[in-house]
Amino acid sequence: MTALARRRSHRGGEATSPVVVRLRERLRADQVRDSPAELHLYRRDASNLQGHPAVVCFAETAADVQAVVQVANEFGVPFVARGSGTGLAGGAVPTDGSIVISTSKMNRIVSVDHLNRLAWVEPGVLNLDLSKQIAHLGVHFAPDPSSQQTCSIGGNVANNSGGPHCLADGVTSAHIHAIEVVLPDGTLCVVGGEDPEPDGYDLRGAFVGSEGMFGVATKICVKLMQNPPDVATMLLDFADVADGAQLVSDIIADGIVPAAVEMMDQLCLQAVEEFIHAGLPVDQAAALLVEVVGLPATVASQVERICELAAVREVGTVRVAADDDERALLWKGRKSAFGAIARIKPNYYLHDTVVPRRRLPEVLAQVYEIAARHELLVLNVFHAGDGNLHPLLVYDAREPGVADRVHAAGDEIVRVSVAAGGVLSGEHGIGLEKRDLMPLMFSDVDLAAQAALRRAFDPDMLSNPDKVLPSPAGCGDIHSVPEGAWV
Amino acid sequence: VTAPDVDDEGTLDLAVQAFADDVGDTGPVTISGSGTRGGAVVGMRTVSAPVGIAWIEPAEMTMRCGAGTPLADVAAALAAHGQCVAIPGAGTVGGALAVGHSGIRRLGWGPMRDALLQVRYVSAAGEVVKAGGPTVKNVSGFDLCRLMVGSHGTLGFFADVILRTRPLPKHEAWFTSELDPWALLAGLYRPTSVLWNGHTTWVLLDGHPTDIQAQASKFGLVAAAGPPELPAFRWSLPPDSLGVLVDDASADGIDGAASFVAEIGVGVVHHERAAPPRQLAPAVAEVAARVKAEFDPTHRLNPGRAPGLRG
Repeated sequence: MTALARRRSHRGGEATSPVVVRLRERLRADQVRDSPAELHLYRRDASNLQGHPAVVCFAETAADVQAVVQVANEFGVPFVARGSGTGLAGGAVPTDGSIVISTSKMNRIVSVDHLNRLAWVEPGVLNLDLSKQIAHLGVHFAPDPSSQQTCSIGGNVANNSGGPHCLADGVTSAHIHAIEVVLPDGTLCVVGGEDPEPDGYDLRGAFVGSEGMFGVATKICVKLMQNPPDVATMLLDFADVADGAQLVSDIIADGIVPAAVEMMDQLCLQAVEEFIHAGLPVDQAAALLVEVVGLPATVASQVERICELAAVREVGTVRVAADDDERALLWKGRKSAFGAIARIKPNYYLHDTVVPRRRLPEVLAQVYEIAARHELLVLNVFHAGDGNLHPLLVYDAREPGVADRVHAAGDEIVRVSVAAGGVLSGEHGIGLEKRDLMPLMFSDVDLAAQAALRRAFDPDMLSNPDKVLPSPAGCGDIHSVPEGAWV
Repeated sequence: VTAPDVDDEGTLDLAVQAFADDVGDTGPVTISGSGTRGGAVVGMRTVSAPVGIAWIEPAEMTMRCGAGTPLADVAAALAAHGQCVAIPGAGTVGGALAVGHSGIRRLGWGPMRDALLQVRYVSAAGEVVKAGGPTVKNVSGFDLCRLMVGSHGTLGFFADVILRTRPLPKHEAWFTSELDPWALLAGLYRPTSVLWNGHTTWVLLDGHPTDIQAQASKFGLVAAAGPPELPAFRWSLPPDSLGVLVDDASADGIDGAASFVAEIGVGVVHHERAAPPRQLAPAVAEVAARVKAEFDPTHRLNPGRAPGLRG
C-alpha cells in the first residue's frame, strides 16, 4: 500500500473498495495504485477528454493482466488497457469507475528473427525503441506515428496506427502477424500466427484497431521490414497549395509510390522555421516533403521523374537533402511541428480525417474557410500522400468561449471531409472523440454489425466500454460523452 | 460468362440491392462465383454477386467493382492505367477474397487481405452492410474487412468492394539459383518472391532494370522463364520451420524437389500431399463460434463450409 493510499484509508469514511482489496490479493501491492494523485494522472490520454478511474494496475506479465481482468469480471467492473497514453481520440480515457491496466512495464523485446523478419514484443515497447534496438540487424518496424518516441506498440495495435511511412508500407494491421490476447473474460489466447494463413477467421485482423474493446494485447508478433539501401528526401515548395496537392496525385498516377509524402502549409512552415532554423521556404504557400527509397537506380529515376512532374505544377525550389544530416533536419521540421506551435498559442486541437487525394485542394480551402469563420488560427501539416489531413486549430484556452468555437470548427472539418468521400479518422481512431460522428459514415445496419463483432469478443461489455460505437436505441443505456469530459 | 450488369455507382447500388433481395432472410443459401476455388455448396439455392466495374481512380490507386467481377476483367481494365491489384489467380474477385489465399508475390506485395479497403456484403438477415471506407488510410470503426476475407461466405456474401490497386511493375524478372534461399532472402533488397523446392531457389525481382541486373550479378542469379509449377495442396507454416520439409521428404523416400515449393520469408508451402490436420485452440474456437452465432445465427450462409481449416 502506498503512503498516500494508507493515509486515505486511515482517514475513515472512504474505505478501500473491495475491488482494490481483491486486486491487491492478486498482484503485488505496489502494482495497484489508488491514491488521488495517481488516479488524477490516469484520467486522460493526449486528447481533450477525461474520465475517473477507480484504480490503476501496473501489469508486468500476461498473468498480471489476466488476474486484473478476472477481478474485473468477478465484480462486473469495466477495465481499460493503457499504453503510453498518447492517444488523441480518448480511446484510453477511463469510463468512470473503471480499472486502468497500464502495460507500460511490459516493455521487453521477447525475440527477434531477423532472417524471417519477425519479432515478438510486449505491448509496452515503445515504437521507436523497437526500430532503434534492431537497427543493427538492418530491419525496422514500419509504422511510424509522429508520437513514435513515446507511443507503444500495444497502442499502435489498438489504434491501427499510421505515420508518414505508411503510404508505401501500409498501416499497423499490415505489420502484425499474431497477438497474444487476454480476452475480456480473462482467458489467454493467440490470434493470428507466425504462419501466413492461420486457420479460422482472421481474428487478428479484427483485433487490430479495436481500440481496447476486444481484450488486452499482452504479446505481439510484428513484421520487420528491410532498411532501404538508398534514400532521397526532397523538399518542394509552391506558391499555391493546390499545385502542391495536385502534384501528389500526379506522382501516384505516374506509378510512383514514394515512401512518404508530407505537406506543410505556410503558417506551419513559419512556425517550424522559427523553431529549428532549417532554411524552410517560409514565403511559399506550402511545401511537400517527399521521400523515395530503394535501390540506387530506382531512387535516382524516381527523383528525376518527380522533378519533371513538379515542374509542370510550377514548383518553386526543389531541395534534395545532400546527406543524412540534412535529411534528419528536414524530418525534424516535419516532426517538430507540434512543439513549434506552442510558440504561437498555448493550446492546440489536432484533427485527423482522410479525403481522396484528388479532393485535397478543395477540402483544404474549406478548412481555411471554416477556421476563419470561427475566428481560429489553423495550421496544416499532414500525410498528403494518403490524403490524411491533420488540421491543427491553435488557441488560448484562457480566452472565454474559445473551446466551443474549437469544437464547432472541428466538427465541421470532419463533416466536410466525409462529404468529400473521405473517412472520420485516418490513424487516431474513434475513441470517445468521434464516437457520435460514426453515423456520418455508417448506417444503423452497419453499426449493428460492428456491435455484433464487439459482442462476440466481449459479451459482457467490460473491455473499454462506451468507445467507438454510438449506443443504438434498444441496446442498453444511452451513454453520451459525460458532462465535463471535455477539458 | 456473365455480362457485366454494373458500370457506375448507380447501377452498382441497384445490383447490390437486387442481390440482397436474392439472398433474402430465410432458408439455406449458397453463393457461386465461377467455381474456381471449390464453388457453391451442392444441393441448395444459389445466388451470384453483381458483376462489373463501377469506377477506377488511378490517382487514388483505388477501384470499385461487383464481387462477381472476373479477376481477368479487373486485371485488363487496370492494366490500361498501368496498375494491378494484389489478388491472384482466376475466378471472381469475391471468390478470391472469400477464400483469402494470397499469390506467390506475397513476400513483396503483402497479403491479399490488405487489398480490401471497403466491402458491402449481404448479411444473413438479407441486409446490405458496409464496412471500411474508400480511402487507403482509414481507422473508422472495427475492421470487418479483415474479418470477411477468408471467411468462405460463412459470415456474409461479398456484394461489392473497393480495392487498393498498385502500380504494375515496369520491369520484373525471374531467376534461379542454387544458393541457400535464406541467404538470398537476407542479401537481396525486397525481392517480390523467393520460392524453394529443397534444391533450387526461384527469385522474382522488380524495379529499375539496372538495379535488377546489379542484384542478379551480385548473387550469380540465372535468368529463368518463370516460377516453377506449383503442387496442388497448400500448407501454412511458420517461415522459420520450412527446413523440416526437406527432412520430411527424405524420411518418406520422396525426392524433395518433386514434393513441394515453399514461399521463403512467407511460409506458404505448395505441396503434393494434403496439409496435416490442425485444430483451433479452444479459446480461439470459442470466439470464432460466437462470431458465427452473431453474424449467421441460423447457419444459413454456405452451410457446411468453414473458414480455412486444413487437412
